[in-house]
Amino acid sequence: MLFSEEDLTALLLTLKLATTVTALLLLLGTPLAWWLARTASRWRHPVNALVALPLVLPPSVLGFYLLVFMGPRGPLGELTQALGLGTLAFTFPGLVLASVIYSLPFVVQPIQNAMEALGRRPTEVAATLRAAPLDRFFSVVLPLARPGLLSATVLGFAHTVGEFGVVLMIGGNIGGETQVVSVQVYNHVEALDYASAHRLSLVMLGFSFAVLLVLYMFNPTTQRGQAR
Amino acid sequence: MTGIAARFALQHPGFSLDVDLQLPASGVSVLFGHSGSGKTTLLRCIAGLQRAPLGELRVLGEVWQSAKNFLPTHRRPIGYVFQEASLFDHLSARGNLDYACKRAPRVSDGTSFDEAVDLLGIGELLDRRPAQLSGGERQRVAIARALLIQPRLLLMDEPLAALDLPRKLEILPYLERLKRRLDLPIIYVSHAADEVARLADYLVAMEKGRALAAGSLAETLSRLDFPIRLGEDAGVVLEGTIAERDRKWKLARVRFDGGEVWLRDGGHAVHSEVRVRILARDISLAREAQRDSSIVNALPATVVELSADEHAGLALVRLAVRDENSGASSYLVSRLTRRSAHQLGLQPGMPIWAQIKSVALI
Repeated sequence: MLFSEEDLTALLLTLKLATTVTALLLLLGTPLAWWLARTASRWRHPVNALVALPLVLPPSVLGFYLLVFMGPRGPLGELTQALGLGTLAFTFPGLVLASVIYSLPFVVQPIQNAMEALGRRPTEVAATLRAAPLDRFFSVVLPLARPGLLSATVLGFAHTVGEFGVVLMIGGNIGGETQVVSVQVYNHVEALDYASAHRLSLVMLGFSFAVLLVLYMFNPTTQRGQAR
Repeated sequence: MTGIAARFALQHPGFSLDVDLQLPASGVSVLFGHSGSGKTTLLRCIAGLQRAPLGELRVLGEVWQSAKNFLPTHRRPIGYVFQEASLFDHLSARGNLDYACKRAPRVSDGTSFDEAVDLLGIGELLDRRPAQLSGGERQRVAIARALLIQPRLLLMDEPLAALDLPRKLEILPYLERLKRRLDLPIIYVSHAADEVARLADYLVAMEKGRALAAGSLAETLSRLDFPIRLGEDAGVVLEGTIAERDRKWKLARVRFDGGEVWLRDGGHAVHSEVRVRILARDISLAREAQRDSSIVNALPATVVELSADEHAGLALVRLAVRDENSGASSYLVSRLTRRSAHQLGLQPGMPIWAQIKSVALI
């Protein structure tokens, strides 16, 4: 057996986390990106800044705030306790929530950029062809923003797989619940089990390279010298 | 009134639109003016793509905009052709046409897919992507798409302006065909005199966001006070039919209201309807019919009015030609020097011979 049972669990958990988070982010991030791309509201600058915050904030700081927020005395913690759900810290749902926030800019920004680059013309054309607003969004905006959506999916997934600081702060190290690959590598190194650390790290390395390769191969903006 | 009644007022920094217009319910109405005259803004207001804070719009008996109502673009029965390529890049030419077909209201006497494809000559292009089409081909697909939404009013925003001359000449015949074959009112924005001459039935002159003058093509082009000077292009456009073709001399006789002219045979069959353009600079005047002259066309006319031209040495004369039997008449415009006008003693009501040096079939 190449991987221990613990390592396999960590790999599967990482996959499950990244898939869940990416799906949620596409669902939430796409409308948010569309709003940011189109709105003239004065709230757009603060919202843009909030979305981008995880890019600059140290993961430990973000994790710390989330921990307080979800903790027994935090506003979300009090809500979840009142609902009889306990607190989210050190649970898989807590990890999902933290990852959604942490990876938000990696999903919203590519989609927003792609939508801004479309300009108003395609939706105007669709309106003159009797497409209602929702119809315009699905039949014109989404297909035309596809390169941005693809980048967003890949980046959101990859970034969630790669997170470490936030997980450690709010998820801890609970096998099968919050123990993801990045944390497991850390555990192996701590235990001086370099062989296991190597194996898991190699998986991560291969995965990351593959993701970036896919991104560059399919993103039309990076295609060069290809006949159209 | 079953035509189009439009009243819009809007203010932007450095630009304002303030128009009150009545347009006919059939034929091609051209909004004519230089860039920045507000013609595209007016068209966008009619389409509902832009909302004038003060606006009233009634089209073919329906209210599209009033103080209380604003019908959004997607609920207006319009077709819209944009100036530059507007095809959806993620769809093939056929996909673009289907996009319209799927969303078009069911109408009994509408344009079918095959008719639109045939009318614009795009049968060969259907499986191509927009990126694989030339500018002219893209515009033809866009026009077909606008027809397939089954509009009751077609709006065209300088559809030829982004094309070079050969492409433009490639599309103009399709537009003429479309105009002849479909009973669909068209509002056409243009700043090109040749498009006006070939397509317009009704002309609105725009400048600085105002509509300065409006009227039928024959009337507006012959008006000496028409606010937009066409410069060297000043002249009239007459609609007529081919009455005769002279095989020997390769000439055709075109009869129009009030007279007829000979011109080069353009290959049109007898009885076909044509437009001819006679420029003001190509008409000279004489008191008596000239016998020994190379000029083929000389028409007896009456001076209607005289006015100064742009250059102080020149004058424009409006002439009426009239068929005594039928009473039908048309107007011509002649440009001559003020000295000639003085020497001829031109006065309104005076009979005169209009010698036409050149007539163009358009």
